[in-house]
Amino acid sequence: MTAPQLHKWARRDPGTPAPVGKAAIAAAFIRLFAVQGSWNYETMLGNGIAFSMKPLLKDLPEDRYHSAMARQARYFNAHPYLAGVAVGSLARAELDGENPARIERFRTALCGPLGSVGDQLVWAGWLPLCSLIALTTFALGAGPLAVVCIFLGVYNVGHVALRAWGLRVGLRSGMRVAPALANPVFREWPAALARISAVLAGLILPLALQRIIGPGRVLAGGVAVVAVIGAVILARFGARATGWRAALGVLAIFVLYSVAR
Amino acid sequence: MHDVTVESILFSIVPVSLLGAVTGLDMVSFPQMMLSRPLVSATLGGAFVGRPAAGLLIGAVLELIALETLPFGASRYAEWGTAGVVGGVVMAGQPAGAAGALPVAMFTALATAVFSSRSMVWVRTWNAHQARRLRTAIDAGSPAAVDNLQLRGLTMDLVRGFVVTFVALIVLFPLSEEIVAIWGVDAIHSRAVVTALAATVAAGAIWTLTHRAARAGWLFVLGLGAGTALLLLQ
Repeated sequence: MTAPQLHKWARRDPGTPAPVGKAAIAAAFIRLFAVQGSWNYETMLGNGIAFSMKPLLKDLPEDRYHSAMARQARYFNAHPYLAGVAVGSLARAELDGENPARIERFRTALCGPLGSVGDQLVWAGWLPLCSLIALTTFALGAGPLAVVCIFLGVYNVGHVALRAWGLRVGLRSGMRVAPALANPVFREWPAALARISAVLAGLILPLALQRIIGPGRVLAGGVAVVAVIGAVILARFGARATGWRAALGVLAIFVLYSVAR
Repeated sequence: MHDVTVESILFSIVPVSLLGAVTGLDMVSFPQMMLSRPLVSATLGGAFVGRPAAGLLIGAVLELIALETLPFGASRYAEWGTAGVVGGVVMAGQPAGAAGALPVAMFTALATAVFSSRSMVWVRTWNAHQARRLRTAIDAGSPAAVDNLQLRGLTMDLVRGFVVTFVALIVLFPLSEEIVAIWGVDAIHSRAVVTALAATVAAGAIWTLTHRAARAGWLFVLGLGAGTALLLLQ
């Protein structure tokens, strides 16, 4: 029987065992896109971790395979785009035959950093920035196809790259993955993305209002002033009501007023 | 312009609901490529009815509001995939230039978001129930049980998106037509109210997201100045 062809991601220091085949890595990468498929309030994405890891573990001896699958399907939480770090590093630990108790401790320790780092970088940084880039193209007069393609294209370059990086780093580093999470990208980019978003948000506000409302600069200016005052009120009382629910309430009153008029 | 009728909307309700199922699934379960963002889902909804530009307009308004949505783990948030599709279809389904089209489309989209947000909680609770049912097999390390649970969750989320979109369109589309027909405020002021609401939520969200970064406030003012200058030059 020939040994599986090794992917460059799976190359490790000389002397280390447990090769991982290209096909297995590709299958795990595709499965990672569905890592939250059975997300629930008890095990969160624990089952998804085992689901994504399955192709990487399937060549283990049967008893080790089953015990590894059982261990990896337990509670786990992380940002979905960085779940690949967990899948890669935990798979590497299982393949290398690390002590199960040590793997479980490492697994528990991974949850916090992978959640907070991903939330700050992606949900609070990259996603709003890509939204604002797309809204800027809309405000400057781009058509539906251009706006949608720019948004999906720009966003998913970062999205897919982050997932791929996570799996690669996890498989290469195993339980020594901590230095990778200290990457300057995770420490410095969220603040940099926030600053770019602040400029873009200021830029698009008048332009987008103009495109949505139509001709009438005075009205657009009035709307901008109302928005700033409203935003201050929302920021002040934001803990009591989410903005979109408050907007729905105001809109319902406006609809009733317009119909009753 | 493409001729949009009630019949064409009703005829396409099942395909549109399938679109809602796909964009709803994208929000959390698969593949999270942001097809669920209202800028995309509403434009696709409008395109299904033959007016992607109308879908883009309501999509941009909803996207401003969606800037507030940070889908952190177990937190409860609006599900924009189905809501955007419904908003796009309702907007594109009204006569071009109708004064009430934008506010009514926004209202239907936000009303759908309330329902779809709730439906996500139901699916997550259902997933937990399924996980308990398969617990013995999963604890024994059965790969088939792991795959089974994942496929059940994905399927249920797909069904959820379809049902939410279908029910929202069946209930809200005829209602939106009735409201638009008797709308009593002129188009420009109707749009101004909608935009003011969306911009308010967006500005609040931007403040929340950026205020911890150094000089973010000044950078916002700088951008605002540049945007105003561009507007005046147009």
